Amino acid sequence: MDAKDILGLPKIPLSITPEKKSRSQKDSQRKPNGISREVYALTGGVAPLMPSIDVSQLKRRPPSDDKITWQWLPFTSSARKDNLQLYHWVRVVNCVPPTGDYSFAKYNKSVDVIRYTDEEYEKHLTDPKWTKEETDQLFDLCEQFDLLFIIIADRFPTTRTVEELKDRYYSVSRAILVARAPSPGEVTGHPLVKEPYKVTQEIERKRALSMVLSQTKHQGRKDAEVLAEAKRIAESRMAAWAAEEPDMPATSDIGPESAVGPGETISPSNVQVPAAAAAPSTSVIADNSCTLASLHLLRVYLRTYALEQMVQAASSSAGLRTIKRVEQTLQDLGVNLKPKVPTKAVCAEHLELRKEILTLLNLQKQLQYKEAEGSSFRDGSYVDMPGSAKRSQHAADQDRTFVSDTISFGGDRGVKREQKRKGPGRASETPSSPAGAHKRPRKMKDSDL
Amino acid sequence: MGKSEDSEKKKKMKDVEISVPIVYGNAAFWLGKKASEYQSHKWTVYVRGATNEDLSVVVKRAVFQLHSSFNNPTRIVESAPFELTESGWGEFEIAITLFFHNYVCEKPLNLYHHLKLYPEDESGPMSTKKPVVVESYDEVVFTEPSESFLARVQNHPAVTFPRLPAGFTLPPPVPQDESKRKRGDTKDHPLSQWFLNFSEADELLQLAAARQQVQTHIAKLRRQISLTDGQNQPFKSL
Repeated sequence: MDAKDILGLPKIPLSITPEKKSRSQKDSQRKPNGISREVYALTGGVAPLMPSIDVSQLKRRPPSDDKITWQWLPFTSSARKDNLQLYHWVRVVNCVPPTGDYSFAKYNKSVDVIRYTDEEYEKHLTDPKWTKEETDQLFDLCEQFDLLFIIIADRFPTTRTVEELKDRYYSVSRAILVARAPSPGEVTGHPLVKEPYKVTQEIERKRALSMVLSQTKHQGRKDAEVLAEAKRIAESRMAAWAAEEPDMPATSDIGPESAVGPGETISPSNVQVPAAAAAPSTSVIADNSCTLASLHLLRVYLRTYALEQMVQAASSSAGLRTIKRVEQTLQDLGVNLKPKVPTKAVCAEHLELRKEILTLLNLQKQLQYKEAEGSSFRDGSYVDMPGSAKRSQHAADQDRTFVSDTISFGGDRGVKREQKRKGPGRASETPSSPAGAHKRPRKMKDSDL
Repeated sequence: MGKSEDSEKKKKMKDVEISVPIVYGNAAFWLGKKASEYQSHKWTVYVRGATNEDLSVVVKRAVFQLHSSFNNPTRIVESAPFELTESGWGEFEIAITLFFHNYVCEKPLNLYHHLKLYPEDESGPMSTKKPVVVESYDEVVFTEPSESFLARVQNHPAVTFPRLPAGFTLPPPVPQDESKRKRGDTKDHPLSQWFLNFSEADELLQLAAARQQVQTHIAKLRRQISLTDGQNQPFKSL
């Protein structure tokens, strides 16, 4: 349509003469005054609701009272210490050139590098690792390069690390400041005095930073998982220990978990998922012996109480959601959440079953993770896997587990289940035994029985 | 006995425990025509041996703490059968504290039972003949039992006697007062026909079956995981 407009062709078949009139009308409507049509078209071709530029002002000529000329004139800058003569275009008004310093001279800032006298050096600044010559060179370079230590390190005659140079410079400056100050109180506010440069800290910080930056996304995710795990273990430990008697024999299994600090990214990132699976099991064993010890100290207790404590200890590393899933699984299997006949044997079996279910759930999660990983590899895009695995329909999760399993609890209904992708809330059509195949926490429908 | 022998013994005995299986609960009869507004039911709360044997070898006394609306809500029962009969209309939690003989354990143990008077199925007719019975099975576990305790309860039917570590001998048993024990057991208790049966066999079977299923599932998942690992490996080496 625009093309037709440009060419001046009719939009609708009409006779020519009336078009000419309408066209010229439209033209004068469309073309704004003050700027050319092409320029106007750049803005979208339509007048803005609120004109940002007063279009009529654009082509206004300056008041022609003054005589403006542009001249190629020499200038000086206070920023230059040599006597190089430079020239530039200058807007001259009524034959009077502008005065004042070069307008960009004010940007010529530099760092105040404190210089020491030889006397001061002898008195305060000697150091076994630095000669006076080296220190002098350092300070010269610092002044020359405005404390850009990377350049200074590069230019420095002898090989010194950036941290060493910084350390020397800052400690010398600090010492001079303190020495020159009339009283110590006056300089305590100075940043150099208040926060001295710490070499080892800096080296460590840079190392940690480079580690973090060079981590792949994958490693970063794993680290986050391990850290979350360690945090949970530590917290549950705190809770358990706070509740137990003070003279309880202490177990020393905190060591491995707490060693995983934020800086230590090497070992966890190298160890694959088995470590993540191992961490909960070592903590479970530790929690178990804690619980057994505390039970022993009671001298008399009820079997049901003991089971409760052991169950709690075993699921200490699991989140609330996982615990709910364990309970749902128990129900699906037709097992009482609390045994009706809690004999020693029954309690032991019950506990073992719960642990096995936890393992099962962990393995399922692992498998989902790996499958998602696999599909993301194939897609060639990095999807945030654990997040999306959770974000996707809970039902879809369950479906994935069941589609990949041919055996579900309650018998072999493999064929039927594989062929159907069930949406949320769908009950199984096949009559299932009480050990139904649903892990979702929802009420069993009549159709399930 | 030498000191080292003593400590040796102690170490071995560390894992020995005596357990006493008990059942505690209540039976409540509706009083029917004789029911009044505040006394609609006659109920008995009790603690008995799981096999109805006499518990008094272990339990010295039982204290039942009733709702504060009862007169003298703290009821002490000094001998077997450890039970308490009352009449009322309300359901509430009863705290039962078991005190043991000195040779058994110095610390008491608390049980909590919610008194049940009304049947689950509200629609059914209330019967004066058939009581509402709610029982819970549990086991009282004693850790590191003393020698005198072990000696006293060996061969007693109410107690699950542990397997003693090798080389351990007990002093000969004190001759039991058979008639006293008979009086204390609940085998011929008037309520015994209503007592529930607790069999660990069923539960064990159930658990074994469940474990089997879970283990199979686990093995399957492990296979799938290693398969997926194999599939993902080529990508990872890039």
